[in-house]
Order: sequence, then structure tokens, then C-alpha cells
Amino acid sequence: MHPKLSVRHLFKIFGARSEEALERLAQGQSKEEILRETGAAVGVQDANFEVAEGEIFVVMGLSGSGKSTLVRMLNGLIPPTSGKICIDGEDVASCGAARLQAIRREKIAMVFQHFALFPHWTIAENVAYGLKIKGIPAAERRAKALETLDQVGLRPWADARPPQLSGGMQQRVGLARALATGPQVLLMDEPFGALDPLIRREMQDELVTLQKTLKKTIVFITHDLNEALLLGNRIAIMRDGRFVQVGAPQDIVGHPADDYVSAFVGDIDRGRVFRAGDIARPPQSVQVDASHADVLDFMMRSGRTAVYALDNGRIAGVLCHEDLVGTTVAIRDHLKPFARTRPEVKLHELYPLAARGLPIAVVDDNDTLSGVVELDDLFACLAGTDSRPAPAHPPVTAHQQTERLDAQPG
Amino acid sequence: MLSPADLVTIPLDDWMNAFVRGWLVPNFRPFFRAAQVPVSNVLNTLNAFLLWVPMLVTTAAFTLAALRWAGVGTAIFTLLGFAFIDMIGYWPETMTTLAMIVTSVLFCALIGVPLGIFAARSDTAWKITRPVLDIMQTIPSFVYLVPIVMLFGVGMTPGIIATIIFAIPPIVRLTNLGIRGVRHDLIEAAQSFGSTRWQMLWDLQLPMAMRTILAGLNQTLMLALSMVVIAALIGAGGLGLVVNTGLGRLNVGEATSGGVGIVILAIVLDRITQGMGEKGLGVGPSLARLLGGVFRTRPLPDQKTPG
Repeated sequence: MHPKLSVRHLFKIFGARSEEALERLAQGQSKEEILRETGAAVGVQDANFEVAEGEIFVVMGLSGSGKSTLVRMLNGLIPPTSGKICIDGEDVASCGAARLQAIRREKIAMVFQHFALFPHWTIAENVAYGLKIKGIPAAERRAKALETLDQVGLRPWADARPPQLSGGMQQRVGLARALATGPQVLLMDEPFGALDPLIRREMQDELVTLQKTLKKTIVFITHDLNEALLLGNRIAIMRDGRFVQVGAPQDIVGHPADDYVSAFVGDIDRGRVFRAGDIARPPQSVQVDASHADVLDFMMRSGRTAVYALDNGRIAGVLCHEDLVGTTVAIRDHLKPFARTRPEVKLHELYPLAARGLPIAVVDDNDTLSGVVELDDLFACLAGTDSRPAPAHPPVTAHQQTERLDAQPG
Repeated sequence: MLSPADLVTIPLDDWMNAFVRGWLVPNFRPFFRAAQVPVSNVLNTLNAFLLWVPMLVTTAAFTLAALRWAGVGTAIFTLLGFAFIDMIGYWPETMTTLAMIVTSVLFCALIGVPLGIFAARSDTAWKITRPVLDIMQTIPSFVYLVPIVMLFGVGMTPGIIATIIFAIPPIVRLTNLGIRGVRHDLIEAAQSFGSTRWQMLWDLQLPMAMRTILAGLNQTLMLALSMVVIAALIGAGGLGLVVNTGLGRLNVGEATSGGVGIVILAIVLDRITQGMGEKGLGVGPSLARLLGGVFRTRPLPDQKTPG
């Protein structure tokens, strides 16, 4: 399948001598040298990425890293210096003003950090703005605006004005305005950056919930790595106008590409990033009708003191080493109740299950054992000393990017 | 001592004379004569109307407008002030001055607002407009009275043209300022939804700039008032003529009476237009609603959007 959005060799250089600056960049000069010698400021250099339909792609960077410039190039608010931006295979960067306007009206909408609502209009009028631009009759666009306001829970406020609403509510209106035109691609430029922490958290959860039904292709800009890890299917870390690392949250935290990323990742609550499936061992189990000796032998060989026993393919329970030693009671009678979880569950949700002191069963849709979370693996992963969690799926990046990233020590 | 004048002398006065008398006037006089027709039409109609309406009706209208936009104090002042003008015997002259001012401000707005919008949309346009406005604001108005008389003749309309030249800079400047001052992220939002430049102007920039534009209109109005006496030198009538006649005859009483009339009119118009700028755009009603509000005398009911 074609990616919804694909960006190739995207550069933005501010200043009169941008062509010259491009050449100098190609020769390997640094951003600072170029600024000193040509007066041109490098905003974004050689950005390459693809976003699949329905994916949330988060660009994370500090201020001045070029992330806002990057997102503004995607809908042409800032014209790129060179490179391609393809939405459904059509290059936005070279399509001409009229076509760009049509794309903005039909395909791509934006949510702004400071909401950017029109203070002289009501909430409903604001939400209907994109429809008004398209020339849709007033009654129809009001109906659509109310419907969209329903989605974000603000219908009762339809006739209020923006200054009467709190920040969180205003950003819901901003989101509703972007959704009202039915765009396929949503650009969100630090949408929750201006909100209080509690409200921000609430909005993040709401976006996750909404996205389950909306399935929009989202490019989300943030300076907050926690937010990036929570929302992103994939994350690009940006510094000085270039991508330092692109990958799934688990790749970023598990295998930071360089010291810069490591420094960010240091404070992260790893229990909220990694999932049961990331650290689960392949299911090594015994049959419930096996003999004592066989089970003990199996424990010895695998180095575990507790193993799962299966009964006709179904999980029967956990067997513990200390219970089996020195008894001849049937194995069936030593089975202990067990905790089960699913591969996509985050580690922090496993803590209560782990408190029992037994390995946790990871089950698939048919409730069959697909892996086992051992408690030492859990702690090792949380401590960041474990090298086991391999990328859940290989990072999907541009070819160049992948090569460069792979060259870095993991 | 050697001075540059010993080497080269520039006969600027001769050049100017040659330019205006020798070229501009013979070639373009008919054009300028024709150009003043719309101005004189508006002026004459308005003047005739204001002189026809009974004094009490005009006073009542202004008092109500003051009440609506500027509060009780200004309303009382308007009532007493207009009565005073009538009692000192200068009501018709005041109405003529009012007609002149309204005509000048109308044309200032018609020319100045689009010019301001144009200047706001392109830096090049503003770079050209700005020095022109600077010259218009600093050049003594007596300098252009003579060519105006040559091109347009004497009378009310040339007086208005001089007033327009004198009074137009603030509305151009403030329209430009208002439109350029619209928050950048709002502009980006409008662009990101694919609005055309006209849609952006109409939906966002003009409504957001309206307060500033109205402040410019108020400034323009005040400048027009201050030009009344000077315009009377080239044959414009009204209170300016009263002041000039008083001056010519050393009749202190007459000059003072005309002056008091101008001051009263100035205060009333200033307060009412300032109030329009502030109240008319509280928490931003739409442009249409604002323009609608100008023609109402009561506070607007809370309007619901239809549909």
C-alpha cells in the first residue's frame, strides 16, 4: 500500500542565498558555518519520512529544532526550498497555488498551538469556517458544525464565543474546526502545548479515543517526549533541522540512536512505553500429564523456577519448583492460579499481576499462551539494562535514514 | 566665502510654475473639473438636506446618537451645545460645515480604506505609500491651496478637495496598521483552510481591524474639522468663512462665535465616533452586524445565527 504522506529530501533554508546554502549543506558544511558565511538559516535539512494511512506520526524536538517549519511545509504555509511532499502521490510542493488551495480545502487540516480561533465569531461559526471557505450553504454548514461539536462534547457551547471558553475547550473547538471539513490528513502543531498538565493529559487520552474511530493520518508536533511516546505510532526526534532517529516508541526508548536521544529518554517511565509483548519470552511450557522428573528436568534446562503447564493446548496453571521437589503428588494438584495479560498491555499495568511473584502469561485472541513475562525480564526492562526487547517491528524509515540510523550503535 | 549657490542655482520656483501653470493647468484642467463632480454632488445634496431638516430634528438625532454611543453626558452636551449654536445665530453655517466635513470624511474613507488595505497586503505598496503620506502630513496646507485653486477653481468643492488631502493620511495608516496587526496564527489558520485573499480579508482581517480603522476614521474627522477655516480661504463657506470674515474685519466677536461653533461640533462628532469605535466592537460582532448597528439607536438584542 502507498503511504498517505511521503516526504523526500525536504529542505527549508531561510534567507536570500538559499541556493548557495543548499550547495554548502551538500558539501557537508554545518548549519552554523552556513549562517555565518551566507546569512541563510537552515530550518529543515533532508527530512525523509512516510506516514501510513491512519497512523499518528509524532515529530518531537525542542524549540528551534525546525519541527514547526516542517509541519508548515506539509500544507504549504511555508514553501519548501527543495524536496517533495506527496499526499496520495501528489506533490504538494510543486502543484501550484490553485491546486494547493484545493488540497487545503479537501484533504488536509491543521490544529494550532494557540488555537487560532476567530474571536469575532461564535463557536459554531468557527467550526464551520472550512465549510464556509468551500462555499457550502449556511444551514448545511451549521448542521455539520453542530455534529462535529457533538464529537468533541461541546455542542451546548455552539453559540458562545471563543474568549468565554477555557483553553482545553478552545482547543477542542480547534480540533472540531479541523475535523469538520472531513480531511484525511491532520496536522497538529503542539496542540496541547498551551494547556495545563491535567487538561493536556485529558486531551491526549481523548485524541487517542477519537483516533480509534476517526483513523485520520496525523502528523503531530510536540516538544514533550512523554506525549510523543503516548500518542505516536512512530516518532521522529528532531534536532537542528534534521531527524536524529525515527522509530516506534519502543525503539526510541530501547535503542536511542545517540547521546542526544539517550539524554531525553533517561527520565522516561519505561513502564508506560514497553508492552508485555515486547519483553515476553517464547512460550516454553510442559504438558499437564508430564512426570515430575520431566518437569523438574525442564526447569533445570530452562533455568526457570516456575513454568506454565498446558492441558490440550489450553493453559492449565503454573508449576513451581519448590512445590514439586520431594513430592509424588500428581502434577495436576500442584497447579497454581495464574495471571494473564495481552501483548499490547503496557508494563505499568502488569505491576499488580507481578506482585504475585509468578511469571505472567501472555495470551492471544484465542486465549492460548503466546509468551511468558518473567519478572526478572520485567525489572531488567524497567531498569533499562536489558537488551532483550527487540524492536516489535522494524522501524519504517526512508532508505537513507535507515542506513544512517543503523550505523549508530544500538 | 564660497557656497554651492555660487556654482549652481536651482530655480525650483520657476520649474514649479512652469510645471503647474504651463503644463498641468492647461492640459488637465478639464479632467480635474470633471473629477470634482461626484464630490460637489454629494456635498450639495447633503448641504441642502441638512439645511432643510428643521434644527430640532437634527439636534434630536445627534442627541440620540450621543446617547447610544457616548453616554448621557455627551447627550446633554450635544443638546445644550446645538441649542447654543442656534441661539448665537450660526445654525445654517454649522450645518454647511457639517456637510463639508461629512463629505470629506466619506471620500477619505472611500479612498483611504482601500488604499490602506492595498498597502497592508504588500510591503512594496507600503514603501511607496508611506513617504507620500508623510509628505501629505507635513507639507503646509497653504502650499497646495494655490494649485488647487488653479485646477479646481474657488468654492466649496476645492475646499473639500484640500480637506481630503489634509485629512486622509490617518485612515490609510490605521487601516494598514489594523490589517497588519491581525494575529499571525489567525492568518495561518485562514490560509490552512484554503481561503482566498478576499475571503481572508472579509472574514478575518477587516473585522479584526475594524476598531483600528474606526480610530483612524475618528482622526480623519478631527483633521477635517481643523481644516475648515483654511478651506474657507479658497471659498468654502460655513463656520470657517465666519471666522475668516471676523479676522478680516478685526471683528473679535464674530471670529469667536464661529470658533465656538467649530469647537462644539468637534467635541460632539469626536465623542460619538469614538464611542462607535469602542462600543460597536465590544467582543467582536461581525462586520455586517457592526454596520447594521450604526443605523440603530438601541443596543442590539442578542442575535442568533440563523439555520
